[in-house]
Amino acid sequence: MDERVLSVSELNNYIKNVVDADPVLAEVYVRGELSNYKVYPSGHHYFSMKDETGALRCVMFRGSAVRLRFRPENGMKVIAFGRVAVYPRDGVYQLYVNALTPDGVGDLQMAFEQLKEKLYAEGLFDAAHKKPLPRYPMRIAVVTSSAGAAVHDIIRVLRKRWPAAKVLLLPVRVQGAEAPPEIAGAIRYANEHRLADVMIVGRGGGSMEDLWCFNDERVARAIYASEIPVISAVGHEPDVTIADFAADLRAATPSNGAELCVPDQAELREYLDSMEIRAGQALKKSIAARREKLAQLAGRRAMQSPANYIGDRRAQLDALTARLGAGERQSVMKAKERYAALAGKLDAMSPLKVLGRGYAIARKADGTVIRRAADVTKGDKLTVRLRNDELICTAD
Amino acid sequence: MAEKKMDFESAMARLEEIVKTLERGESSLEESLTLFEEGTGLIKACGKLLDEAEQKVVKLQKGPDGEPVESGFIAEE
Repeated sequence: MDERVLSVSELNNYIKNVVDADPVLAEVYVRGELSNYKVYPSGHHYFSMKDETGALRCVMFRGSAVRLRFRPENGMKVIAFGRVAVYPRDGVYQLYVNALTPDGVGDLQMAFEQLKEKLYAEGLFDAAHKKPLPRYPMRIAVVTSSAGAAVHDIIRVLRKRWPAAKVLLLPVRVQGAEAPPEIAGAIRYANEHRLADVMIVGRGGGSMEDLWCFNDERVARAIYASEIPVISAVGHEPDVTIADFAADLRAATPSNGAELCVPDQAELREYLDSMEIRAGQALKKSIAARREKLAQLAGRRAMQSPANYIGDRRAQLDALTARLGAGERQSVMKAKERYAALAGKLDAMSPLKVLGRGYAIARKADGTVIRRAADVTKGDKLTVRLRNDELICTAD
Repeated sequence: MAEKKMDFESAMARLEEIVKTLERGESSLEESLTLFEEGTGLIKACGKLLDEAEQKVVKLQKGPDGEPVESGFIAEE
């Protein structure tokens, strides 16, 4: 090369061209640990990847960042895929990351654990929040695809066990990006319109990706907020989803969800029969107990010989009457004696009796009784009351 | 009591209460007989509901006014 002097920009651009032309650097996987992770308001992510001895500047633009299926955190071991390029303004090279996945576990697994931890901390899985299921639901909402096997499994079991209930299918997609808002929306809709006594939310088996909509935060929150008790019924027995944790009851499969949802009419008929038998026996027992009591009463003297009983009672009555009569006579006699004594006293005090002994009562014309000579003026007319008649006199 | 729109849940609850009361054997004979009659009536009504039950399955979709609209759903495989 000539002794030509380059500008900084010329050198940086030269290096950039060299790097851009390298096929290895155009598509490279890099393993390392995340540090200094920053999400900018623009939506671009800036961070470093490092190992024991080195560090690498990285950037992930918004378009790639929105496709992340987990939340990157500092210290997390990751594998990044991207291309290395030079940033001429700063004279640095960096890794432009297209995809980032956790190292060791899958990104979905990572996302699952992260969401589980977050919602658990928020209390979305609290046992205290779980609602009891109705024993005899009459309206059952089923939130699932109208096309899959799950809906048929559910209806078949419900028809066999509990045909008394009406089944309301709320068809939703159960796969793909549209699924979570549709499922969450159907759960909310059922609540808004009080459509059912209980709800089954689920789908049949599939890969982890297929079942992914039931690991969605929106679905978990809709289940948690549901006033109608929710049974989650996703996939097969070993499949556990976030929806299962948030639901009031987890079923292993859609068929199992239907079984847990309703009573079995065959068992119920047996139960009704047993109730009838119990009621009959209880009534019989109570009648038998009364019959026994009756027999006991019949064993007493009164029932053995009514005539004796009546005789006894009559004697008792006579004795009582006699006592009553004696008492009455006594009290009448006492009253009579008292009357005679009082009458004698009254008679002794009668003024007529006094007049009978020769006394007289003198009154003036106005009827006032004369007690002293001074009460009388000469010429007054006086009436003198004797025992049987009166004298009319004039005072001298 | 148990006519067309019987509340199965409360009918069952009442039935269980009646049987328990009868089993305690504390009520008069007349009361017991009345309870027994009520109980057998409930059993009959519940059984009838099961006998006559025919599962209805409908598809629900949001109508233009947001109200749920039912349509038939054929649940055959």
